[in-house]
Amino acid sequence: MVTTTLGDGTGSAASRRTPAARLQDWLPRLVVAPSFAISLFFVYGFMLWTFVLSLTNSRMLPQYDFIGFAQYARLMENERWWVASTNLAIFGGLFVVICLVIGAGLAILLDQRIRQEGVLRTIYLYPMALSLIVTGVVWKWLLNPSLGIEAMVQGWGFESFQFDWLVDSDMAIYTLVLAAVWQASGFVMAMFLAGLRGIDDNIIKAAQLDGASLPRVYWRVVLPCLRPVVFSAVMILAHIAIKSFDLVMALTGGGPGYATDLPATFMYVHAFTRAQIGLGSASAMLMLGAVLAILVPYLFSELRGRKHG
Amino acid sequence: MDNVIRRRTPGARLARWSLYAVLIGMALFYLLPLVVMLLTSVKPLEEIRAGSLLALPQAPTLAPWVKAWSEACTGMRCEGVGGYFWNSFRIVIPAVAISTLLGALNGYALTKWRFRGADLIFALMLFGCFIPFQVVLLPMARTLGWLGLSTSTAGLVLVHVVFGIAFTTLFFRNFYVSIPNELVSAAKLDGAGFFRIFWRILLPISAPIFVVSVIWQFTQIWNDFLFGVAFSAFETQPVTVALNNLVNTSTGVKEYNVDMAAAMIAALPTLVVYVLAGKYFVRGLTAGSVKG
Amino acid sequence: MSALEIRQVRKDFGATRVLKDVSLSIDSGEFLILVGPSGCGKSTLMNAIAGLEPVTAGEILIAGEDVTWRTPAERDIAMVFQSYALYPSMTVRQNIAFGLEMRKVPKAEREAAVERVADLLQISPLLDRKPSQLSGGQRQRVAMGRALAREPKIYLFDEPLSNLDAKLRVEMRTEIKKLHQRLGTTIVYVTHDQIEAMTLADRIAVMRDGHILQLGTPEEVYNDPVDMFVAGFMGSPSMNFIQATLEGDAGAYRLAIETPESPRLVLPWPAARETPAMADAVGGRAVLGLRPEHFSEEDLRLGDRAEGTLLAAKVTVAEPTGADILLRLPLGDGEVTARVGPKASIAAGEWIELRVDMSRAVLFSPDSERRLA
Repeated sequence: MVTTTLGDGTGSAASRRTPAARLQDWLPRLVVAPSFAISLFFVYGFMLWTFVLSLTNSRMLPQYDFIGFAQYARLMENERWWVASTNLAIFGGLFVVICLVIGAGLAILLDQRIRQEGVLRTIYLYPMALSLIVTGVVWKWLLNPSLGIEAMVQGWGFESFQFDWLVDSDMAIYTLVLAAVWQASGFVMAMFLAGLRGIDDNIIKAAQLDGASLPRVYWRVVLPCLRPVVFSAVMILAHIAIKSFDLVMALTGGGPGYATDLPATFMYVHAFTRAQIGLGSASAMLMLGAVLAILVPYLFSELRGRKHG
Repeated sequence: MDNVIRRRTPGARLARWSLYAVLIGMALFYLLPLVVMLLTSVKPLEEIRAGSLLALPQAPTLAPWVKAWSEACTGMRCEGVGGYFWNSFRIVIPAVAISTLLGALNGYALTKWRFRGADLIFALMLFGCFIPFQVVLLPMARTLGWLGLSTSTAGLVLVHVVFGIAFTTLFFRNFYVSIPNELVSAAKLDGAGFFRIFWRILLPISAPIFVVSVIWQFTQIWNDFLFGVAFSAFETQPVTVALNNLVNTSTGVKEYNVDMAAAMIAALPTLVVYVLAGKYFVRGLTAGSVKG
Repeated sequence: MSALEIRQVRKDFGATRVLKDVSLSIDSGEFLILVGPSGCGKSTLMNAIAGLEPVTAGEILIAGEDVTWRTPAERDIAMVFQSYALYPSMTVRQNIAFGLEMRKVPKAEREAAVERVADLLQISPLLDRKPSQLSGGQRQRVAMGRALAREPKIYLFDEPLSNLDAKLRVEMRTEIKKLHQRLGTTIVYVTHDQIEAMTLADRIAVMRDGHILQLGTPEEVYNDPVDMFVAGFMGSPSMNFIQATLEGDAGAYRLAIETPESPRLVLPWPAARETPAMADAVGGRAVLGLRPEHFSEEDLRLGDRAEGTLLAAKVTVAEPTGADILLRLPLGDGEVTARVGPKASIAAGEWIELRVDMSRAVLFSPDSERRLA
């Protein structure tokens, strides 16, 4: 269907329209206008505002004496920021990769005409319905060295079993990975399963008639078809990783020390509890930059793909 | 993958068995936290200290639930999470209703009355789905202050509406795009106007997407922590914030059973929604993310 | 006064001009068909008449009133869509009555109108069903019923039959024709199916690339096409175009056709159908247009009285359709299709003698593709 552009005639033409016609031309715009204005102000305006704040020396309250990019320079020298950024790289990387592997694996296994597939799917996916705070709270309990999994396995007779990542500042970041994977991998499974079900059955049949074994069919024929799914999944997971805040607050509180800080918690702590609004704004802008760095190539390839398709 | 003949050899049977073993093992992994949470929440504290995580409660009790609901300390006050549970509803219900309605109208206007710039407007609005919310926190705090809505329930509703519209508009736009334009053309010729067509023709067939939108917004807003912790006071904070405070309150003896009961309380509404309308939940997740 | 008049209507989508100054006038009670290949602008013109697409320039008058800038609702038009566009949430009864309800017609009158239309289209038993419970043909009827309920000034039909299967399409075609004869309504009907156009229309407008190439009765468009496009578009199997050389003088023009491995064929052009334009084309190439039915089996009984010229050719393919047989034969530098009676027992590879009826042949200029004669 070709685009319909109503009432975009010349000025004289528009003025010849009947009142009802003119109302019909403007009503849709009027209806969208408030939401659009809200977006402009609360999204784009606020982004700009935060950028402006990041150029100031604001501490407790926003104030507007500009100090250039000094806050960004401070950020670069801030050890805690580097810990947070490194953590994000570790956490994000592992989270994305493990979720993809588990998600794709489960989806392929579930695609083998499994009995009670619906029940299993429901079980794999339910964590996605939970608040990350709840996830954090329950995993904090499971990972509690003296009462959680460690104690349970020791109680089974494995006295030397150790699982105290939560209180180990080198390992605590991996507890975040564990809990986040638990929460999101079922969702990746659902995406892959939808992708698998979308593949033309005849392709698989044809490959089997050609004599390919089932694992080979998946590896050579099916998975290449799922590239778009992998692409979207990576994007969504990376996006979740960058925004991760709730989970850290509930599971580790950023600790031990600030061993599990992520940029999201760094920003919150500095902007809201440490009276470092300027520095917090600068860190928020860098987070936005990271999201854009993932998003723009994705959207670009999506649009290109659509044109070629 | 139907209609393909499988060989019934012992090897194939073994493969089949290990397939089920893996699937069930993973199911246990996903279920473990929920089971532990539930078990712990009905055990007395002594049993927790003495026994194993997965041990069945010897003397099941609902006392931790009662305490979590009405007595547990969340920060400075000790009134349980019950009040905050209702707070969450006070935030969620208006925010979901308003954002869904606006999204429906936007989606309708953007697809069925395509005016010049409609696509650009949609693309610009869609960007709101992707920003990290940290980038709007500080200006939002100031703006709420100016509007006199700081730490108020109305303020939180506003925040959730503002940042929910992008998603609801996306849902409804993608849905209405698939509805034939002839339907609207026919109604126009029949003499119906903008709102009448929406109300009489499109709304009655929009139930599925309304469910998706409502469920998505409900879980998103119910599960929100960032806006809750940034823009609420003790009286107005949502249950997620209260739960976090409860768990991290370091006064007195740590009562794990109460923590777990509170976590269950915070998790129940979205779990119920998921169990009742899982299909729509998944559809929302994929529509909200894949097509974005 | 015309029921509908279109003056110099132009429509641009961005840089593309979809309608190029189209003018058209339709009498009250006339059944006009817009026909053409997809992308020719026929649906855009339809939407412009309905007010669903604002035009870039030009005027549209309904019953003498300028409606160019009015909303669809203000034009008093009803339309039947290809997809039927029945309101899914409403029953058949509500669908039919919706337009009347929007125009604030009292309930009793609405009900009467629904009954009248339901009787007319024999859909009374379906009135309380939802569109999803109807078959394709039933939906089609309801869509027509919705249009008929209101008794508007003009009916627009946008490819209303193209979603039906072949048998139902023929039935509904007849039904639409009967309805038109009975109600005497003004109808503008868009289709890409030239058989629908031929069978239904009072007049046909053949469109291509945003122009109306020819506007005339079905007979005119079929027998007297203005150019090769119209000639090729109307009729199935379509007209044969044969490369020929125009020879001779006024009063005795001839068309010479060279066919590989066959003797040179010379066809005399009937003197009664000569045009002045032919004089300038003598000695040059011309395209001879012959419809499949312009060939006929040589019948000895006609003897010398038979008009036309004999042609001998070796059949490459014979396709019996039941009613007749279609033959493919080499002629000129290509093949032609000839339609012969079902009794001819002809197989591929056999030679046949056919008579060419030059009195109905048409001649085109190969450069402009316009008619020479």
